[in-house]
Amino acid sequence: MAKYLLLKHYRGDHDIAAEPLTSMDQWAPEEVSAHIQFMHDIAEEFRARGEFIGAEGLSPDGTFVRYDGEGRPPVTDGPFAETKDLIAGWMILDVDSEERAHEAAARLSSAPGPGGRPIKEWIEVRQIMAAPSTTD
Amino acid sequence: MDDLLRDLMPQVLAVLVRRGVDFAAAEDAVQEAAIEAVQRWPGERPDDPKAWLITVAGRKLIDARRAEGARRRREQRTHDEPPPGPTEQVDDTLLLLSRCCHPSLTPASAIALTLRAVGGLTTGQIATAFLVPEATMAQRISRAKRTIGGEQFGRPGDVCAVLRVLYLIFNEGFTGEIDLAAEAIRLTRQLAAATQDPEIDGLLALMLLHHARRAARRSATGELIPLADQDRALWDTRMIAEGVRILQAALATGRVGEYQAQAAIAALHDDATTVDETDWVQIVSWYDTLLALSSSPVVALNRAVAVGECDGPTTGLVALGEVDSELPRWHAAAAYLHERSGDVREAARLYAVAATRASSTLERDHLIKQAARLNSGAAQPLDQ
Repeated sequence: MAKYLLLKHYRGDHDIAAEPLTSMDQWAPEEVSAHIQFMHDIAEEFRARGEFIGAEGLSPDGTFVRYDGEGRPPVTDGPFAETKDLIAGWMILDVDSEERAHEAAARLSSAPGPGGRPIKEWIEVRQIMAAPSTTD
Repeated sequence: MDDLLRDLMPQVLAVLVRRGVDFAAAEDAVQEAAIEAVQRWPGERPDDPKAWLITVAGRKLIDARRAEGARRRREQRTHDEPPPGPTEQVDDTLLLLSRCCHPSLTPASAIALTLRAVGGLTTGQIATAFLVPEATMAQRISRAKRTIGGEQFGRPGDVCAVLRVLYLIFNEGFTGEIDLAAEAIRLTRQLAAATQDPEIDGLLALMLLHHARRAARRSATGELIPLADQDRALWDTRMIAEGVRILQAALATGRVGEYQAQAAIAALHDDATTVDETDWVQIVSWYDTLLALSSSPVVALNRAVAVGECDGPTTGLVALGEVDSELPRWHAAAAYLHERSGDVREAARLYAVAATRASSTLERDHLIKQAARLNSGAAQPLDQ
């Protein structure tokens, strides 16, 4: 088993999908509901398979912060609202193989959009570093 | 037996604390006494369970002292051993709560300590409720105990600080396994029974009057349903009646406070069998009272929405214009008032902005759907 981080991204220009995508507030209300329902259901689906570790949505306002020396306040840059490539949300799954991680990400990317068509949004898949092996 | 233990543990803890025992040591001793009770009571239930727990907890304290070594034992035995004394529940609830809600603690620490020491929840349950690892919650609680460990106080502290923490616990609501809203009501009820204060009653009434609407607040698929769209048949009328009765008795003392005023607003909403029957004139007048008591910008924002219902959306927008637009929910309120005024396009834009500022996915989803509803053009205008 290996853990994978699945990342959804925010982009101001909505070029995160394989096909052009309008922002959600331009969809029909029932299309929004169907999308949200899919997101709930898919978490349940992964949970039922014994793969789900956790998932959270993130607020679009992000700030960059760094250390600026002893006794000095942190330096901040931002917030950037939707102008940069920001992470919209994450999910962590514990799966048998990289192949399965890709399959799960593709399933996530099949979430319905306008007209009920899959939005085909790109999902970034990153393996989480494992603990060292107990044998040599 | 769980319920009995959960009721008795804070009482026993309060007795030890009142007798001058260090808070952290007393809390550990009460936990150990409870474990022993779970093992032994099914076989031989004591006649006076509270006295039994006090005796056993006292013994655990002495055991703990012994383990600390001979020198400290000599110094502290006589001092720390709880002297025999009355065990009646005078103001112990408030004493204990004001310790757990001490101003030197952060809200998160005060909440955790209150749920553990007064609520009798396990560290694991509290961790589950706040979706944090149990080890993290255990550290938060022991840090909190250390923080207040140095403070000596045999008398209750600030009631306001206690009420604030209880209200925060109530607002945490229900995350799936632990019902914190119900727990907050249980604790506030205990406090109200032990201490005469119209604001304690006001907070209890406020909680009941909100809690009564819980079944109507979510759709079958878990979506948020705003007050105006709720199925009022789902409201708990018995709980509303109890809240109103408690509120009326509190108001009769003539010492109005913020919680009573908020409860009065909640009662006026609960009182309307349909949204159109809502007495907005009285609600605005209570918001004026509340504003005079607290001058909180959040109150000013809610007042602006009520003014919009009372005197029309244009007047509401003027009132909203005087409130800082950086406040959470400002854009949602502005969107609602613009929609009421017929400016659908601006309302849709504001709902979309409000969605990006939402602090929960539930709220965000609701706001996006409002924007989508207006943008899809199929929207029916709201009743004017």
